[in-house]
Amino acid sequence: MSAFAVLSRPLAASNAPSLLSNVGVIARRELRDAIRSRWFLLYTLAFVVLGLAVSFVSAAGTGGTGLSGFGRTTAGLINLVLLVVPLMALTAGAASIASDRERGMLAYLLAQPVTRAEVVLGKYLGLALSLFASLSLGLGTCAVILAWKGVRTSPSSIVWLAGLSMLLALGMLSLGFLISVLARKASVAVGTAIFVWLSLVFVSDLALMAGAVALRLRIERLFALSCANPLQVFKMWSLHAVDASLDVLGPAGLYATEEYGRWLHAIFAGCMIVWIVVPLAAAALVLSRRSPL
Amino acid sequence: MITIQNVTMKFGRTAAVADASLDLAAGDSLALWGTNGAGKTTLIRCVLGLLRYQGTITIAGYDAWRDGKAARLQVGYVPQELSFYDDLGVGEAIAYFSRLKGLSRVGVAEALDNVGLADHARKRVRELSGGMKQRLALAIALLGDPPVLVLDEVTASLDAVGREEFVALLERLSGSGRTMLFASHRIEEVAALARRVAVIEKGRITGVEPCSQFVAKLGRGAVLHLHLAPRVRERALASLRQGGFAPSLNGVGVLVPVTPEQKAAPFRVLAEARIQVDDFELVSFAHAAVMAANREEARS
Repeated sequence: MSAFAVLSRPLAASNAPSLLSNVGVIARRELRDAIRSRWFLLYTLAFVVLGLAVSFVSAAGTGGTGLSGFGRTTAGLINLVLLVVPLMALTAGAASIASDRERGMLAYLLAQPVTRAEVVLGKYLGLALSLFASLSLGLGTCAVILAWKGVRTSPSSIVWLAGLSMLLALGMLSLGFLISVLARKASVAVGTAIFVWLSLVFVSDLALMAGAVALRLRIERLFALSCANPLQVFKMWSLHAVDASLDVLGPAGLYATEEYGRWLHAIFAGCMIVWIVVPLAAAALVLSRRSPL
Repeated sequence: MITIQNVTMKFGRTAAVADASLDLAAGDSLALWGTNGAGKTTLIRCVLGLLRYQGTITIAGYDAWRDGKAARLQVGYVPQELSFYDDLGVGEAIAYFSRLKGLSRVGVAEALDNVGLADHARKRVRELSGGMKQRLALAIALLGDPPVLVLDEVTASLDAVGREEFVALLERLSGSGRTMLFASHRIEEVAALARRVAVIEKGRITGVEPCSQFVAKLGRGAVLHLHLAPRVRERALASLRQGGFAPSLNGVGVLVPVTPEQKAAPFRVLAEARIQVDDFELVSFAHAAVMAANREEARS
């Protein structure tokens, strides 16, 4: 053992690591942990397998070739993304801070020269990158295998779908983080995340339909309510980007196309940005006011 | 180096720390002494900026809450038990925290050598014993040579050998000019490391005095450390209280202050309650007083 240095001088505040440095260090650690974990592998595998199954079933219905074939394939993949990506992102976000708090790791981390905002941003960035990796691997594998099997694919559709899936993942991850800082236990956080996922995927659709009939909602209000659900925004934006028409969504889709036309991209982007920024900012705010113990 | 002024921290309506004030000059070593739940750990968490409090805490002139990052840069912290990613390598853990402390050079070998873990750099954290984990926590705390060390009952979960080795390591550190603030309810630890002792009861600091004076006041008695299985600890506490003792919980069992005439009595009480004692230690206040006096003499 060597001798300890003799020291009593304070360290200058300028020696403290910058926000960017700390966010980068925490993000790298989070990314490595996520990639090493079983959930990452399982979700990616499930996404690839289900994506291929959906693609081939959709393509088989149209003889397996042609852009109309891929239109159906894309629609199938959109539905798959709607189910799998929110579940992945919500549960990953919900588990992150709550499980660290439960194991005492959050308090230990915050006892270092690190701010709470840096911890939230670092963890968010790390998990977002791991989700990007998983989605790229899943969608990329699907695209390559479909092309190899002779199903003609439109590269722009795949790029749109991948980009929008990642935006959806970011929004759901933010929501997961908010759940995570509010919950006392990791199990409660993950349970709440699954409940939120069920609500967004199934309940909100049914509620919207029931509300439209029972309350005789006007078409513009129906469209506005749809924009309040990030999954609906993703669905409308994907269809709009790939097909350039929301007719398949019925009267609300027709109304949106006619009323907003080329502004639809901006409207959907605005909704998604709100879903990404607001829950994440709320999560950072809640953590800055709550005990990390 | 550390100034705590009129600090109050409440959980709901209960004040865990009430109007606490302390001042630690550079190189000072102060022990927070009190039973479990007295408020020692809460005060330490306030110093680290983990809990919000009323009052003022500054470390090297930086406000612990408002300038938390700069304040914590001055501090190396060792918790009761290291909670960290178990699958991380020991060397990786050192590298990770070096970066978080803004160190451009990561001296893994040097950091581990300081605490006698040089041969364990390639192990995973989960492969380390409790004592080794605490050494790793100390190595992390010392990264970047912070002028302040904050220790929270660092030996509470260690066995007798692990505790002795860890305290010896801390004793070497206490002469390095760092300011030390630590919580403990082990008198031999306090006698070995502290210059002054702040007694904390129900969140209030009831007195601060030189260590030798504090230990001498405890008299001829001793503290019996009884190692008990976790499932019987609460029952043991109740039985001992009924038997007229004032026991308190610690990491491995219960602590029972005893007079020289009643050292065996707690065993009788527990045997009657059919509670098995796994192991025990008897720490005499007289021995601790000699340790503290010797240290004071060595300093002067």
